[in-house]
Formats: sequence, structure tokens, C-alpha cells
Amino acid sequence: MAKETGIISWKQLNLGVAITTPGNAAELRTGDWRSQRPETDLETCTKCGMCYIFCPDMVYSKNDEGFYIQNYYHCKGCGICAKECPVDAITMVQEEN
Amino acid sequence: MSTAILDLPEKEYIMPGTRTCAGCGLPIAYRFMLKALGPNTIMTHPACCLTILHGMYPKTPVGINAVNNTFASTAASAAGLAAGFKATGQDFTVLAMAGDGGTFDMGIQALSGAAERETDFIYVCYDNEAYMNTGVQRSSATPAGAMTTTTSVVPKEQSKKDFIQIMEAHHPAYLATTCSSYPGDVYNKFAKARNIKGTRFIHLAIPCPTGWGFHTRDTVKIGRLAVESAIIVLYEVEKGEVRLTGKSLSMAKSGRRKPVDEYLNMQGRFRKMTSAQVEEFQKQTDKHWEELLRRAGF
Repeated sequence: MAKETGIISWKQLNLGVAITTPGNAAELRTGDWRSQRPETDLETCTKCGMCYIFCPDMVYSKNDEGFYIQNYYHCKGCGICAKECPVDAITMVQEEN
Repeated sequence: MSTAILDLPEKEYIMPGTRTCAGCGLPIAYRFMLKALGPNTIMTHPACCLTILHGMYPKTPVGINAVNNTFASTAASAAGLAAGFKATGQDFTVLAMAGDGGTFDMGIQALSGAAERETDFIYVCYDNEAYMNTGVQRSSATPAGAMTTTTSVVPKEQSKKDFIQIMEAHHPAYLATTCSSYPGDVYNKFAKARNIKGTRFIHLAIPCPTGWGFHTRDTVKIGRLAVESAIIVLYEVEKGEVRLTGKSLSMAKSGRRKPVDEYLNMQGRFRKMTSAQVEEFQKQTDKHWEELLRRAGF
């Protein structure tokens, strides 16, 4: 399969230019689009899962303790989770680089 | 039928790494749609924001079968897929999904034909009220008073095409409207549509931070405001009977409804709206809401 750039020779294309590995865009790093990152205060968090429901980039997943933890590799920093959090446990922190 | 939102199937058919803009409402709704429809779904879509979501070759974040086709032929392509599955006796849900440009403007003849032939498929029009994918050009779904890149000096003067009424006139087996800010409502409607035979049309309202001019964090809030001020009404139509659902049903019962001002003021695209236009917008919203209330028996 092609690298991140997607540039491959036409001889390597599948019949009908079909993609045969579903969900392979998970390798795509969309986290570097972000200028602010969400940080969860686990002491305030009530594990309600609103961030998990409304995240447009599916970056939240449940850990063993039941908290929803973000994956910064894919987070685009839109801030929906921080806005929708009913107990304001998520704050948006400026990225340094 | 309603399901608690956290009890929904955990299996995801859309993976992270989508190329949609930050704060896009489309993946939120799309994720719950696919959860409701399950793995035996084949979807067909034209060039639209959904193509951006589906990714650039050779990468795709989706885990179901999908077909790309041309702008005007979404419903025609779906009709072909449905005929193929009928001929080979396979049990697949055919989902056609296009934006407002690909439905209201270009896709209307193919969709009208497919609906008339009672093709067994689900057609979803996700409506972000302009051609967002190509750079926010005006479409017939753009409301009056909105600025787009093609109506940047004088905002659009014509009001939005009432496409849901056009589709209702085709008497589809199921017709529903929903909004990405209510994932539970999205899930319930698609789970219901899945088990109905015949043409099913679902209008899905999607707020777009890039085109509408609001902060990415407000996507869900704008969708909620649109429903709370009855600009978007959540309802379903079966055999000519209108039934309000979710938030719209509780609004009809309580009689509480927000004025449209808050919704309009939050968006950059409405900043050139005159007070007469705002008044006209409110009047049209009131008329639409009262008509639906009457039909739903309130």
C-alpha cells in the first residue's frame, strides 16, 4: 500500500481503482492541524461520554477506569468536546510549537 | 423506539483520520448513521464534502463498501445497485448520500425518477446550505440573507427551496428530517428506515463552521439553536402522517420556541442581513412551524 503521500505507480493500482483495506486512513496524522489541544481534568470528569459522542474525529476512547481519553495523533483541536462538556472538565490549551 | 446514546453499538464503521475540516458536523452524524445501518450497507455518493471525508486514494477512513460517482447520478447509481442486489438475491441496504447541491440542484431528476419507480434505497441529503466542498458557492438550499463567495456583495435574495415538500409529493415510504446535533435522533431514524422497504428520504441538517462563519467549537450548539428556534424541525412522515420527534416534539408540547435572532447573530454569513430580512426570515419560520404543528395535530 502507498505511503502517506498517496503517490504510487499506475501499475500498482487495483482494478477499478478500488481501495481494499477499509479504514486505512487511521495512519493519516490529522493531529498536526491543531493549534489548541483539549485536556481533561480527571477529577472533575463524570464519565458522561459527551466528548466521545460529539467528537467529529473519533479521538476519544474509553480506558480501563471508564474515563474517555483523547488520542492527540488525530485530534484537530476543534474544541467541541470542551464546549459540550457539562461539567467543564475539558480545557483547550495552546500548543507550543 | 429510542435507545440510550451510550448503549449504541460500539463497533465503528468510520475510523479517525478523515480529511473533513476541524469541527465538521458531518462525521458526527455519519458515524451514528453507519452504526444504525450496520455492515451490510453499500453507499454511493457524488463529489461533495462526503468525498473529502471518504478520503483521497489510496486512503479511506470508512469501513463499508462505497462507490464514487458523478454529481447528477447519485440516485441513478443507487437504483442500479438496488437492481443488482435484487437480481442476485443479496441482502444489502443501499444508501445514497449527497449534499444539498447534489440533491436540490443537480441530483433532483435522478432522485425524482428513482422515487417514482419506488426503488428500494435510502437517500440522504445532508444539507449544509451551500456548495461547501468547492468553496462556499450559493446553492438553492442557501437561505435568504446569507453571504457566500458568489453572493458576497449582495447577500442571497431568494429564500431556500422547500425540497422536503418536493420529496413528500413523491410519497416515499418514509421521509424524515434530522440534525447532526441530535445523534440519538439520527440513530433512531436510520434504524427505523433500515427496516422499511421502498424509497426512504432523510434530510440531514449539518452546520458548517467554514462556510457559515462561526467558531469550530460551536458546531453542535448552532445545530441545537436551529432546532430550538424551529428553523430545522425534527419530524418524520409515514403514509402522509406527520409525527414530530425529539426536541421538536417537546417544543410543540411546551410551546416554547426561541426567536431566530440568536441563531442568525452567531453566524458570519448573515452579518449583512437587514432588519426587514430578519423579520421576513422569522415570518417564514413561524409559518413553516405552524403548518407542521397543524399537520402533526397540535
